[in-house]
Amino acid sequence: MVEREQTTQIHRPGSRDSKEASGRITNWLLERYKVQGILDFMQHKTVPMHRHTIWYYLGGMTLFFFIVQVITGMLLLFYYKPTAETAFESVQFLMTKVRFGWLIRSIHSWSANLMIAAAFIHLFSVFFLRAYRKPRELTWVSGVLMLFLAMGFGFSGYLLPWNELAYFATKVGTEIVRDIPLIGHTIMKLLRGGEDVTGATLNRFFAIHVAILPATFILLLGFHLFAVQLQGMSIPISVEKTQKKIKLMPFFPNFLLRDLLGWTIALGCLAAIAALFPWELGKKADPFAPTPMGIRPEWYFLFMFQTLKILPAKIGFIEGELIGILGFGLIGILVIFVPFIDKASSRGELNRWVTIFGLIAIGYILFMTGLAYM
Amino acid sequence: MRWKHPFLMMIVPAMLLGVANPIRSQSQNPVSQEPRNSCVSCHLEEEEELAEPVKAMENDIHTKNGLSCADCHGGDPTAGLDGDPDAAMDPTKGYIGVPDRTEIPQFCGRCHSDPEYMRQYNPRLPTDQLDRYKTSIHGKRLAGGDEKVATCVDCHGTHGILKANDSRSPVYATNVPQTCARCHADEEYMADYDIPTDQVEEYEKSVHGQALLKRGDTAAPACNDCHGNHGAAPPAVPSVVYVCGQCHVNNSEMFQESPHKDAFAEEDLPECETCHGNHGIEHPKDEMLGVGPESICLECHDEGEKAYEVAAKMYVDIDSLKTAIFRADSLVKVAETAGMEVVDAKFSISDARQFLIKSRTIIHKLSVEELEKLSKEGMKKAMEAYAMGIAALEELQFRRKGLAISTIFIIILAIGLYFKIREVDKKTQFQELDLGN
Repeated sequence: MVEREQTTQIHRPGSRDSKEASGRITNWLLERYKVQGILDFMQHKTVPMHRHTIWYYLGGMTLFFFIVQVITGMLLLFYYKPTAETAFESVQFLMTKVRFGWLIRSIHSWSANLMIAAAFIHLFSVFFLRAYRKPRELTWVSGVLMLFLAMGFGFSGYLLPWNELAYFATKVGTEIVRDIPLIGHTIMKLLRGGEDVTGATLNRFFAIHVAILPATFILLLGFHLFAVQLQGMSIPISVEKTQKKIKLMPFFPNFLLRDLLGWTIALGCLAAIAALFPWELGKKADPFAPTPMGIRPEWYFLFMFQTLKILPAKIGFIEGELIGILGFGLIGILVIFVPFIDKASSRGELNRWVTIFGLIAIGYILFMTGLAYM
Repeated sequence: MRWKHPFLMMIVPAMLLGVANPIRSQSQNPVSQEPRNSCVSCHLEEEEELAEPVKAMENDIHTKNGLSCADCHGGDPTAGLDGDPDAAMDPTKGYIGVPDRTEIPQFCGRCHSDPEYMRQYNPRLPTDQLDRYKTSIHGKRLAGGDEKVATCVDCHGTHGILKANDSRSPVYATNVPQTCARCHADEEYMADYDIPTDQVEEYEKSVHGQALLKRGDTAAPACNDCHGNHGAAPPAVPSVVYVCGQCHVNNSEMFQESPHKDAFAEEDLPECETCHGNHGIEHPKDEMLGVGPESICLECHDEGEKAYEVAAKMYVDIDSLKTAIFRADSLVKVAETAGMEVVDAKFSISDARQFLIKSRTIIHKLSVEELEKLSKEGMKKAMEAYAMGIAALEELQFRRKGLAISTIFIIILAIGLYFKIREVDKKTQFQELDLGN
């Protein structure tokens, strides 16, 4: 009998023991940290199931890419040296001499792009589903601000390898800021650390990329996730109006497992892209070289870049570029305040103008981006 | 008087200068004088042939520097304002008029050979043009009464002379071949001189002509860079190496250290030109070495001679290095196209290419030992690059295998998660939310 019990234990290694141990640890923690209420809340949290549920995974996907960024970014910091004399060489060393260094950098670069792509899709899905409506106004505001910060991450990170393309793209990009009336020149100097893009600019962009932006982003992300957990997922107006009943899926573990499945697939795709198409390093930046042909920013800035490019030099008595910059600034502010502008959605009414505006925005972004690549 | 060209109304004050002899003396401060010049006013009213020189002066470098008609041609431009042209063109007032062709070099040399005078306009401009001209074939023939040869105005123009670095000037580097060709490519005009007239045609096809005329590389030589400009003459046989050596410094020095130097002198062979040609110099090929069908060496050396073996050995050394570089470069490019970082390999290829250039230069010295040493160094670099290319491709294979393994692992994980979701869903009692519709 004793022997049978021992045999059974051997065939089911640690199942009872580990559960008991884990239970003991949980009890030990709960005894000291009074979070049982939070755990109960999480256990009862549900996610609505309907024809638009798929869009709920985009936020998690963006978060996944952000986590990849944080991890690979930290690994890159072990080798990266942020000065004009050493930046390029340190990245080159990382890519050629450090085992898997090329993979870490390639994943960091690709994941950055995929994160912004996921964030854009997430933003538009939330926009079209009116998920920003009361009571989730501040969740939207924090999300939009995070998208802007993510673009800031992209802009500041682009310069860090100190290669030719990045150098001149940064030069052009920071030059545009100068056109902002009154404060433009000061902002440009603040960004560049002087009149020109130099080693001082690289230092600043590095500080912005690894300290200022992450700290701000984490705060907003914390609030965003807290708000999502607290308020749950929004049910689209169209579903609310047309369906009698909808199913609710437990967040733990059903939705989380689906999230994990999505993340696993994303990880597979990311690894494949990073390995098959390693991110190039190019040539070292030479401030005295003439601007090479075909300088353009990352794809997510292209629609704005192209707009500024095709605007006439003067519109009336105002500079065309200035109108472009002010126009995008105004649209950015409008996007942040969408929940407060679209009051109809908060009343549960579908505002067609929101859909039209969203479609025009997508069409415009796609068209201008395509035009820039032609 | 009716002004046909408004611009002339502006330049006339600058041109309305004083008297003639010595021609330039009164033009030191032309604008300070009262603008009165009968040359311009009268010539513009005359027929085209007489008006043309005045019109052409619009862009002339002399006009721009404040010189007037009288500064070259003499006479008194103020005297003719009352309608008496003879008073303005009075020889007693230094009027020269149109100089005789044989006098043109001295005519221009009055100013251009005077360093003190020229310094005030262009301190960097040489003042030895006339002296050099006298030593040229053109100058010597002119002195002998041959008026068909080129004088200053034939190359620089008469009225409307531009600075030599003005791209519109006939003596600007890219225009020089056509300027020389105006006479030298004209069979009829050159019939009396018993020299070929296909030089410019040959030059245009040459490596120099292509660089200058097709690519606009003004560092490439035009006619004057080898023959001289004011002192133009064909280089003598022993000086060819110095002419080419102005640019091809190393090749020239090595040639002078080679056994060919004395051998060519004995045979009265024009050094560089013997192997490379002159006006129609083609881009040199490695096949010019060796004992193959394109070999130049075989024009003088036969099988059985030591030089024959040297030629063969030199070609093999160069060709082996070239092939090794090509092999390494092709391999590295494959790795690079596949996304591998191959910067070190490219540096090694670049070093190997430097050794190839040095090897191609050292052949002018005909030193087999030195060539062998250089080509071996180059081979070493090429082999290094090749090894790095192989390593990069092996790393690529490793990456692909790693990717395949991790993909399999990720797929298994995803399938596991999928079945877990199904299992969990089956056990889950899904709640329903009443939307009140």
